[in-house]
Order: sequence, then structure tokens, then C-alpha cells
Amino acid sequence: METDPSRRDVLSGAVRAAALLGIGGALGALIPSHARGETAWQIDPYKCIQCGKCATECVLEQSAVKCFHSFGICGYCKPCSGYFHTEPGAVNTGVDNQMCPTDALKRKFIEDPYYEYTIDADLCIACGFCVKGCSLHGNGSLHLQIDQSRCLHCNWCSIAAKCPATAISRVPADNSYKLKTRTRTS
Amino acid sequence: MPMWMPIFRCNTLRHGTAYRPFASRLTKICLVVLLALLPSIAHGEDRFPPPEFRTPYQIPTTQTPAIRAYWLGYVDVAVLAVALGLAAYFVYRKRSRRGVFVLMLACLIYFGFYRKGCVCPIGAIQNVTLAIANPGYALPWVVMLFFLLPLAVNLFFGRVFCAGVCPLGAIQDAVVWKPIQLPYWIDASIGLFAYAYLGLAVMMAALGSNFVICSYDPFVSFFRLSGTVPMIFLGAVFLLAGMFVGRIYCRFICPYGVLLRLLSPFAKWRVSIFPDKCVNCRLCENSCPYGAIRLPTPPQPARISRADRLRFIAALLLVVVLPVIFWMLGVATGPRMATADPTVHLAQVVQRAEKGQLPTLTLQRDQLEVFRKSGQTPDDLYEQARHVQHRYANAAGWLGVWMGLVIALKLLSHVLRRRRTEYTADPGACLACARCFKLCPVDAAEPQEERIVAT
Repeated sequence: METDPSRRDVLSGAVRAAALLGIGGALGALIPSHARGETAWQIDPYKCIQCGKCATECVLEQSAVKCFHSFGICGYCKPCSGYFHTEPGAVNTGVDNQMCPTDALKRKFIEDPYYEYTIDADLCIACGFCVKGCSLHGNGSLHLQIDQSRCLHCNWCSIAAKCPATAISRVPADNSYKLKTRTRTS
Repeated sequence: MPMWMPIFRCNTLRHGTAYRPFASRLTKICLVVLLALLPSIAHGEDRFPPPEFRTPYQIPTTQTPAIRAYWLGYVDVAVLAVALGLAAYFVYRKRSRRGVFVLMLACLIYFGFYRKGCVCPIGAIQNVTLAIANPGYALPWVVMLFFLLPLAVNLFFGRVFCAGVCPLGAIQDAVVWKPIQLPYWIDASIGLFAYAYLGLAVMMAALGSNFVICSYDPFVSFFRLSGTVPMIFLGAVFLLAGMFVGRIYCRFICPYGVLLRLLSPFAKWRVSIFPDKCVNCRLCENSCPYGAIRLPTPPQPARISRADRLRFIAALLLVVVLPVIFWMLGVATGPRMATADPTVHLAQVVQRAEKGQLPTLTLQRDQLEVFRKSGQTPDDLYEQARHVQHRYANAAGWLGVWMGLVIALKLLSHVLRRRRTEYTADPGACLACARCFKLCPVDAAEPQEERIVAT
């Protein structure tokens, strides 16, 4: 073999050319696939059953999933079933009456009897307690979404792998939220 | 109708009324009718009408934090391209181990700790596979370039990607302390695992079930500073063992390494030892932590013995027989492997539930509940699951053929092993880490163009 380097060079050159052609071919063949654009992971709030996996399965220490609030659907109720426990000890905003374990769901008085509810995303752990309460007894305006600025865009979402409702799927990156709206779109 | 449906609706109504400040009897009745007619939107929108504010209150819009800018992906590709170029420059032009090492650490920081290990060429194998198998999946440009660029560079400069760019390689290379030399047969046999892993990953990705490479990445937990306990433990074991056995993941597990290993013997430039310059001092052999320096073979008799001939015939036979045996094994085990697929898993849960064995795991109970709510019949699901199992059997058969071929060809190449009279750098196993350059006495003594480690 060592005695005939030229033949070896020719052979390896041929294989190299073939492999480069293959790489170029792959590039060309996969271009149509790209035409549909970049994707991101997102939760379909109408499929979500608030099982709690979003809080625990994300690869991040603090889940990239957060509670989002579609204000347009909200009833602005004073006794909000997402905010208060189903059977609160008292109807005040004491912490033992609240659904949210981390005080991420804030309420602000607007006018009698309406309250505005907002989420402090830094505190939200995506447990879905408020979402469950809101969907079960309220308008369902609170829902879980993947915060795209926090998401690592893993190759395969580790929450999606465990989601019992298969609510997480790839969506176009330029329209990467599936917020609930008054007229249901999905 | 199953028992749980009415119970669930009663619950909804009972609690719903308790919290409705302006609920009239009429709305209650309307709600009952609405829920009965449209169970699919029983989420409860419009249980309470939107308030009409007397104060000038503007209903805010929901803030949606923006996704990472699209063009930043191309910055990653540019960094990859520059890093690959620098790696080739440091190895072949500067011949500097220090240069490679610094580049490696820089890439560990950028691709590992800053980009958190995603996107990487190893994982990109699966995206490319999925894009080929499923035309409905959009393969991002960045991922495709990450997959192809190191392969193309590999065809010219060998495995410089492994040496200087790959963050998984870098974290292992950085902990190499007192590497031991593994016997060739151990090295080669454990190395077969990488081929099986590549086959399995391609199979799972093509079937759209999971990305196993990403799920079982042992080092990504360190990059993200979070992860599951088993994976952190595995990563720690790899790093601790990696102090004594260099780059365990790269040599025995990495599926992308398999592709690079197969292509790098055809590289235009690669690290090699000039036989006419080598003084057989064995210093390079000791310097290589990855067992890439092959020793001269012991002198063999000129005549081919009967045993050798038999061994050769047996190996030839195995090239035909092993793929067939492994194909049958694959077809037989495929349906069982299909439990990794969500549809098949769900079908099993439903089937057990239909027999009266309710699942004990919360996850499975949730899956069952969602399935029952979906209105799909169990028979539909079983049919789908059977279809998936069939595909698995088929794919596992091909995985078997692949593994049979790999093992048989490995044996054949072993039987055919050419006589080596001098030290050579195995073109597949050499990562071009540049460790051996400095130790080579000829390399140090000779002028630039006479150096033994060739370009």
C-alpha cells in the first residue's frame, strides 16, 4: 500500500469528491424542507390539562413555561377561582387563601367589583394551579405558554416528551405563541 | 357514556355557580345547554361576560417575550466556521497544541456554556433524519449547516472539529490527566457501541418518537447547570473516568464521531507519521491519550496458514450471515421497542385500563383521561399502535442489518489486517489534538518542511 501512494491518493480523492457531492446534494435536497421556516416549541392551551409536568420536566432550573393571561377573556372577578383556593379559609388575600404557591399571581383593584390579575413571570413556576382553577370555574383566561425568551429551544422539548395531553408541538418561530382568544382559533 | 363524564360536568357547574356574582337562573340554564351541546369548549370561556368598566380602564394586551433573533443563529454558524478554520490552522500550520487547547476552551465556553450545548452537530443528525423521513418537518438552515460544515471540513483536515470545536469533546479533553492505553481489542469492541447508538438514534428520529442523542447527552447538564440526577451522575462518571481513559464519549458513544471516523481516512490533509523519518521512539504512542497510534504488527510467516484461510472464509461468511441474523432479531424485538413511541405507550395504558387495571402513575392516569375525553375509540388507537409497531419492526430490522454489517466488516478488516512495519496514526481514531507534535524528537529537530507529522 505504501509503495503506491498515487493510487491511494486517487482513490481517496474520488471518495472525497463523492462525499462532497453528497453533502452538496443533501444541502440541495433539504432546501425545500427549510422553506417552511424556523420553528419553536409551544403549548396548545386548549389541549393543556395542567398536569404539572411543565413545572418539573423543563431542562432549565426554572421552567421556561410561564402562566400567561389573556385579559380579553378575563371576567375580572373579585372572587377569582384562579386566585383563591376553591375553599379558602377566608375571603381575603392572605397567602393561605391563594392558589399560587409563589405569589406570582398579582391582583390589582380596578373598580368595584373588578380586579385585574397579572403574572410576575420571574416568580411563576408553571405549576398550573391557577390555570386549573381558572379553567374549571372561570373563563379560562389564565393559561400556560412557553416563554420564548427563556426557552432554550431544545432539539426535542423534554416537557413535550412527558406531556400526557401531547399539547406541546413545534410552531412557526415568527408566530410562536398560542394565546387564548375570545373567539377560539384552534 | 362512561361514568366520569356526567360527574365531571356536575363538578364544573357546582363550583362555577358558587363563584358567579351575577349568575342568573337563565345563564345557568344556558350554560347547561351550552356545555351539553359543545363539550369540546367546556373550558369555560364566557362563563362570565367581559366587564363594562365605568372607569377609563384599558384592557391590556398580553406581553409575549420575543424569541431569540433569527439572525443570531447565523452568528453561531459563523463562529463554527471560524473555529473550524482556526482548528485546522493551529493543527497543520502552527502545529500548536496550545493553540488547539485555547480554541477548545473558547468553544467550550461559547457552544457549551453560552449556547447551552444546543445546537450541535451530534444532535443535528436527528433533525436531518427527521427532515428526510418526514417532509412535514421543517429543518432550520442553522441546524443543517451545523450538521454539514464539520463533515465537509473533515474531508479536508480530518477530525479537527473533535479536537478544537466540539464542546462535548472539550469538556472531556480538559480533564484528561493520566490516560491509560486500552488494548486494541477492547477499544475496537466497545467502539462498536457508537455504531449501534447512531443506528438507534437515526431509527428513533426517523420514526418521530424521540431524539435519544439529546435525551442522553451526559454533559449538557453541566452546560445548563441543571438536569436530572441520573444524567448529572452519568456525566460525572464519564468525567471522572475520563481522567484515566481519554474521551470516553467521543470514542465509544458519539454517533457523529462515527460519521467523522468513516470519512476522515479520505481527508486531503491529516496527521500521519512519515515512515522514512520515524525513529520508532514510541513517544507519540505514549503521548496519545486516545489510542490512535497503531503499533507495528509482529512479524508474520510469509505463507498464509490454513487457520488464517479458514478465519478469512468465516469472516466472509459472517458478512452475509450476521446481517440476516440481526435483521431477524430486529424484526422480532422491534414491536417491543415500539413502547418508546407515545402512541404505542398510550395504547398499552388504554388496553390495560379496558381490562380493569387502572394505571397507578399520575402521568398515565392523565394520559388515559385525555384519551377518553378525546372521543377516539380504543380500537382506533390500537389500530394506530399496530401500525407504529409494524414500522418499528421494519426499522429495527434495518438497524439489525446495519449492526450485522458493521460487526462483520470489523471482523473481516481484523482478519485482513495488513502488516504494519512502522508506527502509523489511525486516520479514523486520530482527533488531530496535536499532542504528539511536540513530543516527536524528529519533529523538533528537523526544519519545518521535514517534520514527520505531515500535512
